Amino acid sequence: MKYLLMIYQNPATWQAMPESEKNAFMSQAGAIVDELIASGEWVGGEGLADPSTAASVRVRDGVPAVTDGPFAEAKEQVVGYCIVDCESRDRAIEIAIRWPDARRWGMEVRPILSPDGVEM
Amino acid sequence: MRTDAGTERLLRDLAPQVLGAVVRRYGHFDAAEDAVQEALLAAATQWPAQGVPDRPRGWLITVASRRLTDQLRSDEARRRREAAAVMAEPAGPTTVMPDDERASGQDDTLTLLFLCCHPELTPASQLALTLRAVGGLTTGEIARAFLVPESTMAQRISRAKQRIAAAGARFTAPPAGEWAGRLRVVLHVLYLMFNEGYAATSGGETSRPELTAEAIRLTRAVHRLLPDDGEVAGLLALMLLTEARRPARCEPGGALVPLAEQDRARWDRKQIDEGLALVTGALTTAPLGPYQVQGAIAAVHAEAATAAETDWPQILALYNLLERITPSPVVTLNRAVAVAMVHGPGAALDLLAALEADDRMAGHHRLAAVRAHCHELGGDRDAAAAEYRAAARTATSLPERRYLEARAGRLARTGGPARAAGTAGITGTTGSP
Repeated sequence: MKYLLMIYQNPATWQAMPESEKNAFMSQAGAIVDELIASGEWVGGEGLADPSTAASVRVRDGVPAVTDGPFAEAKEQVVGYCIVDCESRDRAIEIAIRWPDARRWGMEVRPILSPDGVEM
Repeated sequence: MRTDAGTERLLRDLAPQVLGAVVRRYGHFDAAEDAVQEALLAAATQWPAQGVPDRPRGWLITVASRRLTDQLRSDEARRRREAAAVMAEPAGPTTVMPDDERASGQDDTLTLLFLCCHPELTPASQLALTLRAVGGLTTGEIARAFLVPESTMAQRISRAKQRIAAAGARFTAPPAGEWAGRLRVVLHVLYLMFNEGYAATSGGETSRPELTAEAIRLTRAVHRLLPDDGEVAGLLALMLLTEARRPARCEPGGALVPLAEQDRARWDRKQIDEGLALVTGALTTAPLGPYQVQGAIAAVHAEAATAAETDWPQILALYNLLERITPSPVVTLNRAVAVAMVHGPGAALDLLAALEADDRMAGHHRLAAVRAHCHELGGDRDAAAAEYRAAARTATSLPERRYLEARAGRLARTGGPARAAGTAGITGTTGSP
């Protein structure tokens, strides 16, 4: 089953981090991605540009309203995501636990709805 | 593989035999599998234009062997270059392999299935490898069937082959003492392949290869090789009787139609007849096993002209039997549906209460769905709606979530007493044994 792993960060804290620490984060995350590719569990994932570059879009009565910035103003924002296809929810959580951002900020693990189903 | 249907069928049938022959001669399952894929691709492009050769199997074995020996030789040469060793490369003509008799090709198919369903592999890997090596599907086709990128599937298959090599598995049939157990694994993989495909037919991706057809084709092949095995016959019957419902199980918009509300005139009569004959034959001649019992349950549903005519006492008796030979929470859940129909929803809810303590089932959307169904049967519409909504929240399948939400919505809208609907096996067609 597929899971979305949403990576949360506080962009301000990240910016203030020393270069060596950032490098350690990146290489730890990179090593996990390599492992997931090798195990056949990696489906995809990317990092996102700074939340300040986001556009939030709503359409009301046919009128689009586009505002700069993310939907919810919060200290911690989604800064990247991975999609993994793995055996169980426990396995997806295990991957999230190892992700470096989980130690500093947090990860959210969400099952992805399958388009498949069986009648009851 | 873009080719005419006849050639494609021929290639699919020959693929495992060719791979079996090449692996038996040269070993190197991993490289052999790539070589056979290349040979199949060459055949798929050349045969439609130039005609099918007189001995297609020999042609494929020859081409695949040549590719494999070329590959092994160039690997060897590279290793030698890398070691900077000055050695003469052993020359020699590529051997052209003679064709074997058909019988050994058939045995190879079974040996190959045993290899692909090696117990060292995860079920996902067993499935992928079986589809590729025995089914002759390309990695791209398998990736599309499982909705993952091709690179993900390629990695999964290659890792599976490495694991098989690391486990020291050889291209031989399992020893007599392990044979029955290994066959059960093969059947389980075919069962998973079928379920995967059956669930997928409710999805919107029309370009996905039909895993149900592939599972039926491979199970048929195993049945031909082991005609006296009741479980193989039972599994084939279960697949056919389930697949027969496919034309009636989805509305044009994709919404799932429960068994009790399906238009039975649209069920595939030919598949039902074949399934009924298989299950009857197996039950009367072979020792009893879980697939035969599940096939028999599917047969009772298939034999009812309308949902109201379903022989529920018979189905309950079969679930009692199934639970005795392969106890599992999924079987109990299915049995609860039959209990509700025979002894009433109260008795079924008591049975479900015991399941809630089971970690494997607690919080599962199907448990809540069956509870909802029982409340609906008992006329407690509020409780039913709440359970349907709870089931919808935990469902991870979009069509199933939509179905459960619709069910809850229907109860909220209609004012009268809840109608006794959804009488069918709510856990779906093929409750895991």
